[in-house]
Amino acid sequence: MISPPSQTVLALQDVSLAFGGLQAVERVSLAVNRGMVKAIIGPNGAGKTTLFHLVSGLLTPQRGRVILNGEEIQGLPAHAIAMRGVARTFQLVQLFDHMTVLENAMVGRHRLSRAGLLAGALQLPWTRAEERVIRTKAMEALEFVGLDSRAHQSAAVLPLGLKRMLEMARALAAAPTLLLLDEPASGLDGAETGKLQEMILGLKERGLTVLLVEHDMGLTMEVADEIAVLNYGRLIADGPPRAVQKNPEVIAAYLGTDWQA
Amino acid sequence: MPIFAPLSQYFISGLTNGAIYALIALGFGIIFNSTTIINFAQGEFVMLGAMCAISIYHLVPSLPLAFAGGVIIVSLVGLVFERLALRPVGEASPLTLIIITVGAGVFLKGVAMLLWGKESYTLPPFSGEAPLHLGPATLLPQNLWVLGLTLVLVLALEAFFRRTLMGKAMRACAYNPRAARLVGIPASRMVQLSFALSALLGAGAGILIAPLTLGVYDMGTILGLKGFAAAIIGGLGSLLGGVLGGLLLGLAESFTSGLISSGYKDAVAFLLLLVVLFLRPRGLLGGRQ
Amino acid sequence: MILARLWNRWVLFALVVLAILVGLDNEYYFTLLNFVGIHTLLVVGLNLLVGYAGQISLGHAAFFGLGAYTSGILTATCGVNPWLALLAGLAVSGGAAFLIGVPALKLRGYYLAMATLGFGIIVSIILSQAQPLTGGPSGLSGIPPLTLAGFPLNTARRLYPLIWLAVGLILALSANLVDSRAGRALRALNDSEAAAASLGVNTARLKLKIFVWSALYASLAGSLYAHSLNFIAPASFGFMFSIKLVAMVVLGGMASIWGSLLGAGVLTVLPEALSVFHDFEVVIFGAILMVVMIFLPRGLVRGLLDLWEFRRYKRKGSFVP
Repeated sequence: MISPPSQTVLALQDVSLAFGGLQAVERVSLAVNRGMVKAIIGPNGAGKTTLFHLVSGLLTPQRGRVILNGEEIQGLPAHAIAMRGVARTFQLVQLFDHMTVLENAMVGRHRLSRAGLLAGALQLPWTRAEERVIRTKAMEALEFVGLDSRAHQSAAVLPLGLKRMLEMARALAAAPTLLLLDEPASGLDGAETGKLQEMILGLKERGLTVLLVEHDMGLTMEVADEIAVLNYGRLIADGPPRAVQKNPEVIAAYLGTDWQA
Repeated sequence: MPIFAPLSQYFISGLTNGAIYALIALGFGIIFNSTTIINFAQGEFVMLGAMCAISIYHLVPSLPLAFAGGVIIVSLVGLVFERLALRPVGEASPLTLIIITVGAGVFLKGVAMLLWGKESYTLPPFSGEAPLHLGPATLLPQNLWVLGLTLVLVLALEAFFRRTLMGKAMRACAYNPRAARLVGIPASRMVQLSFALSALLGAGAGILIAPLTLGVYDMGTILGLKGFAAAIIGGLGSLLGGVLGGLLLGLAESFTSGLISSGYKDAVAFLLLLVVLFLRPRGLLGGRQ
Repeated sequence: MILARLWNRWVLFALVVLAILVGLDNEYYFTLLNFVGIHTLLVVGLNLLVGYAGQISLGHAAFFGLGAYTSGILTATCGVNPWLALLAGLAVSGGAAFLIGVPALKLRGYYLAMATLGFGIIVSIILSQAQPLTGGPSGLSGIPPLTLAGFPLNTARRLYPLIWLAVGLILALSANLVDSRAGRALRALNDSEAAAASLGVNTARLKLKIFVWSALYASLAGSLYAHSLNFIAPASFGFMFSIKLVAMVVLGGMASIWGSLLGAGVLTVLPEALSVFHDFEVVIFGAILMVVMIFLPRGLVRGLLDLWEFRRYKRKGSFVP
């Protein structure tokens, strides 16, 4: 589990955040290595989404450090962290409802393109060339998730399963080095979850580093190389799935959940 | 001591205007607390109160009747406004709601222009025009009416919110609408009540100030905007904040007008507003939004 | 594909503008059309801010006024070349937008509305009070006309092609903008600021940029206005005009570039055409704001189209186009 530093895409060291009297995240330290799929699990309210917000920049830790590819990023605004190659999906889908499926994916390409207000207004030759690249890459991302046939539909009218796929495509269009998936299986049926599983494994094959928060144990066990378990904001286990599964503290925290031994 | 005379004049007129701004600010606060809507038409309630009272007085020269009539009519207007313009949109975006209430204000102003034309009208002072002398200061009886009635209204409001069941129900709605509904408080009734109450306060303010400043169809716009500035300065969620904001604004305006320049008097309210918005948006006494 | 459609619209636009120039010979109508053009410039800018970026501005008339007065003062009082004065106006308006935008755009919803409102009122009070500079409430007169290579544009008919050329350019620039990377980022931040930020959009800076951008359009309109009337007064740049602009945006349809032209056109021509109903102008503006926002929030054209499609759906039972 200990790898040379260049292999660590994301490291959290002693990260803590409290909301008023509630300690949402308490001295959490973990690492995600390149090409790994790591899952964060835990009961509701354990602090998983808060942790995501701390990594993606929507929240700032009160203590501790968040290190992305060797650079400390805690305290940076969300857009700055995104520019450094972090892309994410949201627990409650946050699509751009007033745009088409394709346009949503094209926004994903924002960080890798340059045209500003003036260039966009003037439609200079280099801007038009860049726009073609954006469109191509966005379509590739849509093809990967199977939404290319719906490119010109309004994003608002998609069913939930496809909305999650679109959010994924949008994040992928950003060609991230770290992909954060916040409960991607939430609201999906069995078939859709299966497709999601294939997709995540496919991304891993392409060398993408994935950090995901999930409740669906079946999916987690299938895709995760390592699992970190949070309970009441604290990390209670961190390791390969089998080891975590047998951890008595984890079992205690999860009383009532079905575990496939 | 010659310096005290003008200073005390500024003080008196500042307090008087401040009391009016306070009433208008309270109107904003009440609606905001129960619906998180900012009612940009509030100023027109003030104007309508004054104009209705004036018209009633021309028909029947009785000030109490004119006051009561004006207040009742405008409260009804407030209810109708809520029912027709705001209820249909339900949970709309702030942008939508702002445009609707702004539109309503403009509409009411237009209606007033059609009904009363562009002339100014007078309402006689409640108890005569003989100036009173209080030390170095000279005040009109109307100033006392404004301050006195404002105090009464504010205390009544305070008692209503703290002591009566309905008032407590309204506060409950403001804190947590869902929970309030779950314990059986009819949220829509509370909303209606808040609009009626707001319109009532606005109308009262208009009738109180009319003897001092004349009633005209476009008096509401700037009063409403200043009242809103006062509400923001004092803090939207707080009753005391509205009062404080209003009084502070009135005094700041009055002293600026007297000591610096009367032309820029109107700008004071908006300068203070910008300062508060940029430095401390929740206002002097406002809690966390 | 989109290019083909746009090409037709622009050609049509140019043809109509030219046809009117050649066919019409009535100074009053040209004056009216010039106003429509000036208002369109204002409305397009405001629409980018309100309709696309989802920000609120109840004080847009201030930038109009800053452009008009900078042009007016520099040309009438200081004898500066009108074109240079126009550029100066852009700098003044843009600068003011930048200064007020930095703190104001950190606010949301109502707070932003009040900040822009407060700013607008302060500007109109200053325009009225700074008598030695601005001529006070009675206004500033003697503003010279614009000249093109020595040829003075001192009649409405002469100004018409210039104004409508500006309108055409601004419409084209804005339509391009909306469909570009920056335009998508703008629309994205309106729909979900968190998601936009998570994709690298610097939302604070973008809001500021579009705010300044819209102020520049307004300033251009103001300068053209000053040189078309040769006289300006503070009353034209107050709160009520800011509200009229919002009404034009709302009527034409938020987030519709061509809708801006419609909204500006209807609400400029109608009060003139129905001057018999002049007293009703205020009531009608208020009613438009309320009725459109309550029943046709997407604006007149789209709202009616939606209604028509809905009727057709009810009759046929499907959305078959």
